[in-house]
Amino acid sequence: MIKKTGMILIAALILMNCGGGDTEATKEAAAPKLSPDGLTQEQLKHGIGPIGVLTLGPQDEVLAAKGAEVFELKCVACHKINERLVGPPLAGITTKRSPAFIMNMILNPDEMVKKHPEVKAMLAEFYVPMTFQNVTEDDARAILEYLRTL
Amino acid sequence: MNKTMMRVVGVILVIATFLLISECAKKEKPILGSGDAASAVYVAPGDYDEFYAFTSGGFSGQLGVYGLPSGRLFKEIPVFSLDPENGYGFNEETKDMLKTSFGHIPWDDSHHPELSQTEGVTDGRWIFINGNNTPRIARIDLKNFETAEIIEIPNSGGNHGSPFTTQNTEYVVASTRFSVPIPQADVPIDTYKENFNGTLSFIKVNPDDGHMNIEFQILVPGFDYDLASGGKGPSHGWAFFTSYNTEQANTLLEVNASKNDKDFIAAVNWKLAEKYLAEGKGKTRPGEHYVNRMNHKTHSAESTLNKTVTVLDPADCPGLIYYLPTPKSPHGVDVDPTGEYIVGGGKLAAVLSVHSFSKMIKAIEDNKVIGEAGGIPILDYDATIAGEVTNVGLGPLHTEFDGKGYAYTSAFITSEVVKWKLGTWEIVDRIPSYYSIGHLMIPGGGSMKPWGKYLVALNKMTKDRYLSTGPELAHAAQLIDISGEKMKLLLDFPTVGEPHYAQGIPADLVHPNTTKIYELEHNEHPYRALSEKEARVERKGNEVHVYMTTIRTHFKPDNIEGVKVGDVVYFHVTNLEQDWDIPHGFAIQGARNSELLVMPGATNTLRWEPKKVGVFPFYCTDFCSALHQEMQGYVRVSPKGSKVPISFN
Repeated sequence: MIKKTGMILIAALILMNCGGGDTEATKEAAAPKLSPDGLTQEQLKHGIGPIGVLTLGPQDEVLAAKGAEVFELKCVACHKINERLVGPPLAGITTKRSPAFIMNMILNPDEMVKKHPEVKAMLAEFYVPMTFQNVTEDDARAILEYLRTL
Repeated sequence: MNKTMMRVVGVILVIATFLLISECAKKEKPILGSGDAASAVYVAPGDYDEFYAFTSGGFSGQLGVYGLPSGRLFKEIPVFSLDPENGYGFNEETKDMLKTSFGHIPWDDSHHPELSQTEGVTDGRWIFINGNNTPRIARIDLKNFETAEIIEIPNSGGNHGSPFTTQNTEYVVASTRFSVPIPQADVPIDTYKENFNGTLSFIKVNPDDGHMNIEFQILVPGFDYDLASGGKGPSHGWAFFTSYNTEQANTLLEVNASKNDKDFIAAVNWKLAEKYLAEGKGKTRPGEHYVNRMNHKTHSAESTLNKTVTVLDPADCPGLIYYLPTPKSPHGVDVDPTGEYIVGGGKLAAVLSVHSFSKMIKAIEDNKVIGEAGGIPILDYDATIAGEVTNVGLGPLHTEFDGKGYAYTSAFITSEVVKWKLGTWEIVDRIPSYYSIGHLMIPGGGSMKPWGKYLVALNKMTKDRYLSTGPELAHAAQLIDISGEKMKLLLDFPTVGEPHYAQGIPADLVHPNTTKIYELEHNEHPYRALSEKEARVERKGNEVHVYMTTIRTHFKPDNIEGVKVGDVVYFHVTNLEQDWDIPHGFAIQGARNSELLVMPGATNTLRWEPKKVGVFPFYCTDFCSALHQEMQGYVRVSPKGSKVPISFN
């Protein structure tokens, strides 16, 4: 009994570990319900990154044309519209993924590839991770607009 | 609980508390000097070093980049020597960086790195380094750790005494080690005394872009000029140069140049020089020299040939230079952080002489002149000397400062670092070096703001310090803790080449500002291909230009036909990646130069002259992704005169 108490004391002291903040248990209790990968439902749907939920208005042709230019410079080495190249074909992508998901994939691919279960599965299929191509948030929005036209 | 049990609980609690304390202690770096040298230099995986150290490569011609306190090597920056590892000096963009009035010089002997300063403090913008053999000074940009500029120094032979900065990097200065006929001429060597001169060069540095330009040279007597230092604080506006061989011997210098009890430190009033220049006292003299600059928009070197330099003759410029007699064959000349003390490292002297700047000014005002050499007034030693450090060890070479009132001098012959106090000149500590220390370095230790925590001893002999690698050994650097009263040896680490000198700077002043990629949108290389749509092959006579792109994990084009024996093929490879740390390499069979290592967003060009008929593979040399091994292509080479048209896909 006494030995046990001692062990618990040691364990408690080591857990306290220099007065650091929350323990794992309290963190989890405070967080919303998470997927087995530790993501929120919102992250699963809209991706991980700077873009939250994004609602799109009517299509903007001028923005789409700008997006096509950026796409030509930054994306075509890996993506074709109708066939697989380094990455998947992108025709109809806006019907499969949410707008925020697409933009987060462009803006924050490292984290998406590491943490999002569906993107992790894609890495196993394509082998080359989606790369950040130094695209600004405005340009990513323009690319999204271009992808809507496909 | 009975007593025994209480005791057990007590013991457990004591152990637990101890565990807790030691757990916490691990998170804080142990205080240096606590006896735990291993912890003091341990940088945990993923953590960063506190300082950058830049060590000259000596006969490698390059510049080493290390972390302190770990002593880990991060990079060897190619400066004066070819580097087949990344194509420096081989590819079309960088080969002109090595252009000189003697032609393309693929090697040099780099001695002294010097960080740029603002208001006497190292600012992390640039680091300069000299090429000794074919006199040159390079400027390395600390945003991308690449050589940005190399300027040739004319009227010089052995550009040893350089490149030392003034307080705001107004100038980097350079002195010629070997005096030579100026201008060069076919004269008997034994006419040394009448025909040979030295020069002290002042290279202006543009504060905005760092561009260097030889503002003026001062013609001086034909001694050997060794090292230099800019004034600071009260001595700002002056620069100091050591000299030896004031005997002006031209043979067997080890004896013939060691006769005089004292040689000179030349004190140059460069602010006065500027005034004389404005008055038109400068004369235009022959001085053919190249200036090679990297254009960061085109990623290419641009060379300019200048035919002349402006020369000041001390005879026309009273007050421009004074000689301070200093025993004996002084090597280092080091101005302390306050700018008052000028320490001459008399390498054959028994004492270390420290001149006072304020006494020097008073001696000039009071005309304490004891003679002249080549028309330059020599001041009275007793009138300028602030103090002498005795028993400093044999062969004192170089001194740096900790900013806390102490100086540290390297003594080559007795192989030690000697710590002494400024003002009282008393020796307070000494520590052996292994072996035969040359220069030493404290981060900021030659500036107005030293970070006096570590000292690096740059040793000339290695002998038994590491596992043997045969007759040729790495040089040995040693990290010494100088944060306490007593110096403490922490670490040995091997260095690349032969570091003659080093610089150190807090990582915070450099690390956050570094370039990660080059933006494709700003690539103005004339042969760029900014997307795969622009990838193509064009024939111009017997030149074939391949506009090639790379991205994980393919080349575009990857099949090229229509090349013939006798053609000169230029592979202009643009790396379309825009992600940090994704360079692609390019190598092709039979290339007699090197590979390319193309950074994200950059364009590099490899020249290839196929000599054999056949189909030759090219491939990516830098492991870039899981499909790196698939990143390849072919060039078909047909016989001379063949009708196979250019085609590609």
